[in-house]
Amino acid sequence: MSASRIAEAFANGPAFIPYLAAGDPDVESTKEYVRALVRGGADIVELGLPFSEPIAEGSTIQNAIVRSLSGGMTPESYFELVADLDIDVPVVCMTYYNLIYQFGDEEGPEPFVRRAAAVGIDGFVVPDLPAEESGPLREACDAHGLDLVFIVAPTTRGERLERIMEQVSGYVYVQARLGTTGARTDVSDQTDTSLGRLREWDVPKAVGFGISEREHAERIVGGGADGIIVGSALVNIVAEGTSAGSVTRAQNVAEGSSTETVAERLESKARELKEGALAGRENRPQPERP
Amino acid sequence: MSTDTNTKFGRYGGQYVPEALMPAIEELEEAYQRYVLGNEAGFMDDFRERLRDFGGRPTPLQRAEQLSERYDSEIYLKREDLLHGGAHKLNNALGQVLLAKYMGKERIIAETGAGQHGTATAMACAHLGMDCEIYMGERDINRQRPNVFRMRLNGAEVNPVTTGRGTLKEAISETMRDWATSVEDTHYVIGSVVGPHPFPRMVRDFQSVIGEEAREQIEEKARRLPDSVLACAGGGSNTMGAFHEFVPQEGVGLYAVEAGGSSLEVDEEGGVAPNSASLSTGSEGVLHGARTKLLQDRDGQIMESHSVSSGLDYAGVGPELAHLVDEGRVVPVNVDDDGALEAFHRLSQLEGVIPALETAHAFAYLENEHENLGDCVIVNVSGRGDKDLESVIEETAEREIDIAPDMDVFSGGGL
Repeated sequence: MSASRIAEAFANGPAFIPYLAAGDPDVESTKEYVRALVRGGADIVELGLPFSEPIAEGSTIQNAIVRSLSGGMTPESYFELVADLDIDVPVVCMTYYNLIYQFGDEEGPEPFVRRAAAVGIDGFVVPDLPAEESGPLREACDAHGLDLVFIVAPTTRGERLERIMEQVSGYVYVQARLGTTGARTDVSDQTDTSLGRLREWDVPKAVGFGISEREHAERIVGGGADGIIVGSALVNIVAEGTSAGSVTRAQNVAEGSSTETVAERLESKARELKEGALAGRENRPQPERP
Repeated sequence: MSTDTNTKFGRYGGQYVPEALMPAIEELEEAYQRYVLGNEAGFMDDFRERLRDFGGRPTPLQRAEQLSERYDSEIYLKREDLLHGGAHKLNNALGQVLLAKYMGKERIIAETGAGQHGTATAMACAHLGMDCEIYMGERDINRQRPNVFRMRLNGAEVNPVTTGRGTLKEAISETMRDWATSVEDTHYVIGSVVGPHPFPRMVRDFQSVIGEEAREQIEEKARRLPDSVLACAGGGSNTMGAFHEFVPQEGVGLYAVEAGGSSLEVDEEGGVAPNSASLSTGSEGVLHGARTKLLQDRDGQIMESHSVSSGLDYAGVGPELAHLVDEGRVVPVNVDDDGALEAFHRLSQLEGVIPALETAHAFAYLENEHENLGDCVIVNVSGRGDKDLESVIEETAEREIDIAPDMDVFSGGGL
């Protein structure tokens, strides 16, 4: 398989991968927020398609999903949103399997993947689809040239790692700690152990769950990660902007910073995290070349 | 007991859970094989002894004299309401908490809807000396106060779940989130034949003592197998527990009675199905770790379900039941809130048994369809109704139910 756009996104140093829930609080805002993140240095964008039972999410993203679903987000409006994004970085769709499975008139995940490919989506992350159940989706992704990202948890070892390695493409999502998504104030020690287990893998390793600060990004990339995934810290900014006033447009002035819009805050947060990741690479011990 | 450990039942079942949980699920599957199916370390002997001494098994199979006369057939009640705690739930809770102890886990978490599984788990944890935390929807906490007190009395923490409508579906999601954090030292005692493999099989195996006893008892009392077995179905643990033994007996009709709620119509716009009849009206999808029949909209978003009984109020159902329905082996039927309430009063007055509102659904179906159920019927009395008294009095006051008693006796003091 030729290198995908996702693989290329890792080619020039550590990748910064922001996550937002699509439609939080509405479609137009999401477009503006995503573009702001790209201006801030995003190399790939993970865009969540909200599912009513998000069992892997902590409260920040659960609330974003509630806002998005109350705003009327559906798979079809999600695809239209992505088609209109007009950004030059790859988009990864993060959603739960039932939405993929139900889409379209034919059975199985293929209609969803076909539609995703048509609007320019480059890959998927599906938190409730372990390697045991991913066969049909993997096949559909191969048929349409899309990547399927798998999550590796701190509890994933031995044979399970092998099974995931056989199926993963694009990047592997290294879950930095046990639990659900959510911004934290520290970086877990589990990250280094998990990265250690994956050292031999060719596929890029992006770490997520809990990253919210420049220092986290720097430490994690310094520890050997090829990318960082940040969701809740960004969704918090959207949430603050939404609660601060009218929710119709992205021009909302964010709480506690009277001059910056939500989009501006997202852009500067993105820049901060990307700079952290770049600094982390400078600190990294140089790998030995054969 | 079955030794088939395929993760699926036909097209249903499977393991749709976050990767973080998969190692724990694999560990559980291994423990299920060794201890439950293989009786390693005498696990099953220990379990059966505790079910007898702590739980009070076997429960009786009682001939219901008034109902038999009323329907002109032989009606037998499998009295799971007499199991310790007042519901069939202890069979599973005791089995899983004991298994967790054998596995060396230190902490138990569980979800609960009506509070019956929560109280059973709290009891089993107190009995076996394990730490216990129960997740319960805020709305259910208010509907089932006595059960909340019981859990607290047995030393369990009760964590209110405020997301969504605050019922069983949200409680399961929240317990899965806890498990994703605590998986290394914690076992999740799922309360029904739902969730990822091996839960549906394992919970069924712990509950199948209901049908095994009932078969032995009916053969002794009636010298025959029943024509029909009736059990209410929410997630389906009492249903599968009562049915499993009879599945190979093709002459025995198996009726899963679901909550028809206030209507079988669906409000697609509002995301609400005013019923919990996923076997009767649901479509195939993936929820809480399994592929099964679900109440969902056309995009695959899960609907908010409804039933007057919290224990049936769930948008999904056990994957094995979904499979047995597709195979034509189990007949999915349903009765509405009104029918269930009326049956609650009828059984209380005619037989001196106050059933859980969940159980009352099975008796409502018996009332409606007894002519088509044959001469010999077993109804699984999955639980007793003490927990439901407050909501029954409230719901009864809103309806015209001829058989219901008036509560004028309170008029002096006020309710």
